[in-house]
Amino acid sequence: MNSRLTRRRFIKGVIFSGAAASTGASFYLANAQSGQSSAERLVTLNINGRNRPVDVLPQETLAHTLRYKLDLTGTKLGCNRGECGACTVLIDEVPNYSCSVLTHNVKGKTVTTIEGIKAADGTLHAVQQAFIDENSPQCGFCTPGQVMSAVALLRSNPRPTRKEALQAMSGNLYRCGAYEHYLNGVMRASGQLA
Amino acid sequence: MPPDIPGKVTGEIKYAEDYKREGMIFARLLTSPMPSGRVANIDASDALRMDGVIGIMTADDLPPSPPPGNPALASEYITFVGQPILAVAAVSEEIAEEAISRIRVDIERKDFVIDPLESLAPGGPKAYPEGNVLLRTREIGPGGTPIMSAEIKDIKWPQSAIDALREGKEPVGAEFPSEWAFGDLEAGFAQSTHIIEEPFVTIGYPHHSLEPRTSMAYWENGKCYFHGSSQSQSANDNGLARMLNIDPANLVFINEATGGGFGSKIGPYPYMAISGNFSRMLNRPVQLRITREQEFYLGSARSGMQGWIKIGVKDNGKVAAVDLVIVNDGGSTGGGSGSSSAQHVTIAYQPESMRFRGISVYTNTTPRGAQRGPGQNEMAAVLAPISDKIATSINMDRVAFRRVNVADSDGFQGGSRGPLTSAFGREALDQGARLFGWDEKINQPKRNGSKVRGVGVGIGYHGAGGRGYDGLVRIAPDGKLHIHSGVGNLGTYSYAGTSRAAAEALQVEWDNCEIHRGRTDNHLPHSSGQGGSNTMFTHGRANWVAAQDAITKLKEIAASELGGSPEDFEIGGERVFKSSDSTQGLSYAEAAQKAIEMGGKYSGMEYPDDINPITQRAVQGIQGTGLVGVSKDKIPGQGQPPGIQVGFCEIEMDLDTGKYEILNYAAVADCGTVVHPKNFENAMRGGAVWGVGLAGLERHVYDPQNGLPANVGLYQSKPPTYLDISTDTNMSAVNIPDPQNPIGARGIGEPTQGASAAALASAIADALDGHVFNTAPVTTDMIINHLAGNTYSTQTPNLKTNTF
Repeated sequence: MNSRLTRRRFIKGVIFSGAAASTGASFYLANAQSGQSSAERLVTLNINGRNRPVDVLPQETLAHTLRYKLDLTGTKLGCNRGECGACTVLIDEVPNYSCSVLTHNVKGKTVTTIEGIKAADGTLHAVQQAFIDENSPQCGFCTPGQVMSAVALLRSNPRPTRKEALQAMSGNLYRCGAYEHYLNGVMRASGQLA
Repeated sequence: MPPDIPGKVTGEIKYAEDYKREGMIFARLLTSPMPSGRVANIDASDALRMDGVIGIMTADDLPPSPPPGNPALASEYITFVGQPILAVAAVSEEIAEEAISRIRVDIERKDFVIDPLESLAPGGPKAYPEGNVLLRTREIGPGGTPIMSAEIKDIKWPQSAIDALREGKEPVGAEFPSEWAFGDLEAGFAQSTHIIEEPFVTIGYPHHSLEPRTSMAYWENGKCYFHGSSQSQSANDNGLARMLNIDPANLVFINEATGGGFGSKIGPYPYMAISGNFSRMLNRPVQLRITREQEFYLGSARSGMQGWIKIGVKDNGKVAAVDLVIVNDGGSTGGGSGSSSAQHVTIAYQPESMRFRGISVYTNTTPRGAQRGPGQNEMAAVLAPISDKIATSINMDRVAFRRVNVADSDGFQGGSRGPLTSAFGREALDQGARLFGWDEKINQPKRNGSKVRGVGVGIGYHGAGGRGYDGLVRIAPDGKLHIHSGVGNLGTYSYAGTSRAAAEALQVEWDNCEIHRGRTDNHLPHSSGQGGSNTMFTHGRANWVAAQDAITKLKEIAASELGGSPEDFEIGGERVFKSSDSTQGLSYAEAAQKAIEMGGKYSGMEYPDDINPITQRAVQGIQGTGLVGVSKDKIPGQGQPPGIQVGFCEIEMDLDTGKYEILNYAAVADCGTVVHPKNFENAMRGGAVWGVGLAGLERHVYDPQNGLPANVGLYQSKPPTYLDISTDTNMSAVNIPDPQNPIGARGIGEPTQGASAAALASAIADALDGHVFNTAPVTTDMIINHLAGNTYSTQTPNLKTNTF
């Protein structure tokens, strides 16, 4: 998780917003009809290089905003409580679980989702192409998160060792299980696997 | 490349929860906080007054589903923590959640039970007031039609039988609703030179499909459009239509992609009734997306076993007799897989005589259902170290012992000793031992300081194919081959692999093929549920027979156009032409145009009587648009196509911590012809990881005092992560075609897990000088307790389950 968006800070944010935070999933229980004015709720987010104005509740998570307000449904909600990694996005280039980040906390930052990974002309990112070549996904539900973690790794460490890649990807569960195919995909995308 | 894979890496492919509809509202569930009881009163008045709340649905709004049914919404019978009691629909998920928090539900508590043996004991608690055992019945009705039914029965064992089983002995005097035997058991044991008796316990665990099951339904012009999360496609049609009380012709089931199933989403599940009926009730599109916790509670789980096995072997290693007792933990739905576990024993040992006795007991734990190799795989995990113990006792190499006993093409499976289509377990063992370097590894030094190496071998098996489904193809006037596939998309890509059977039979370039799938109104034929490792065999055949029908029609059309008889023609290069003069022919495009003009069977205006009504509707949807090939699979043959796999595992265990690292894993599949090598490897590796979970990590843990699940979270349940597994594995296949599938393939999805679990369990035992835990999983705490001489978690005869 981004050091600037620690879990403690996230929970503090929830508490400050007046929401109940007894369990990870229950922050949806929060005061949906809070009295906050619309001026405070309307924020402009930088998503995939575009400014997107959006009405955001105080306790709303980034995953929720992306999926339900901005129709960016490539980001998946596997657990909605920071366990599985299916909702991984990049915030200022750092991979984060978007289910565990409050949308109000990404104001002024850049957010990259799976929809922002392809080139403008539709060319797949090297990671996406490598995941196809290695036949990495099975059901595909975790794949966007795996892609995001791999992209973040290769941006900070273009030629990782296999062990470094393993560590970097380890926050993403793959219930279908063929982890080795994603790992090989990461190595292929880094040019280390012919 | 499977056509749907780019959508998975770009996030563009849509799962049920990614669809939206004008006016869509959101349903959320209120679930039971206690394991057993009945709903005495519901007060939703506060919730219903909230702005944005649209409606509430309770059990009263659905047809009654008395025990042993598994109701979508419970009222009179609450039988597990997390069981849905009601649903609320609102304009947002947040409001629906808030509304649920304002509903008061009064629940009368009832006794609960989490340990099957406790329920079988005299005076023991039972999960339902009516009893503790699910009894499946089969009666012959009018005209000889079998009527399958089920009822709940109250069965108690004498305390002496409970005590005996807990102590690892035969439970004499116990009642078993399920029993089969073959051969002369008494003579078998009399002929045996070595006999061992072992208790065993395996603990169930949830599927943890990464997509919490979502559905979204709306109605238009009397039709229900239902976006569902399912492993299967056409196999949902009839059951889901029944849940919605409509003719299947009025259901459009949409399922482009599914976020994991592993057996828990083979057919329609009860909770699908909520969104479909709620949508009709409220006249709005309704989406029901459940939470991770709810997926744990109601997403189904593997059944656990408490058992006893007695095995007799001859000096040459041949298993002469097996006596097997299994008490299944049926959870709140009561079903177990004991007979399938026994079936694994028959494949692994081919015993000369065997008896199986089983009982499946309700507990107030999560519903149980099929989970990847249900029965077979957990049996593989506990049988492997027992097999090692026998082999060692007769001074036989562990691989050689398996080689003497495993099934071959003349072998049998199950209590009926049914035939196999073909089987090459020995070849797989030989190939695997070479691939892994068995002989070298068993002779290497074991101990290095506090580290010790263990090597293991295991066998996985599951039936891998069915018969009698339909195939449907169409050649369009542009020459393109359209393959209509009714199988689902659970991530194996077998919808595409089986479609190639039609493409190759018709000799059409893959780029000139289009697969139609994913929603009923794409005109999809009757298909099997996509479970049980069956699709490659079942639908390879079905697509092949549809292609043969198309080839016959191509030749008939060519003969009528160009003269001669159909036998004078052959196909190639997407043309049908005279064998004697290839210049005389028609392109597929021309033949398709001709088929439309000729009508009748050629364009699907007529179709065979024996195809399923689902396929008939699919043909009606495309009739007159090209040359239609449609047929039911009636390829002759008999026997079960088996999926068999052998696994070889090497671990390094730290004797100070009990933690082990998997150094190597090699596996060889006997699944007939490998159709798609990369997909094959992916399936093999996925199953291998599942085996690590089964043998070493995953289990239900309940608080026995309150019946509450203690490991609802993924991090507590511990499905394997990148850091728990070997990422340097070697996957191979015997690759001998099965004679009963024109494309030679059998399935392999499930045995991949069983072989891995068995090999790992065998390696753990080997690292500990043959110590047999007789449990699955063997967790690190058990290993360290064993090493420390503590018996708390390693004393298997108490058969503790669902707790520790």
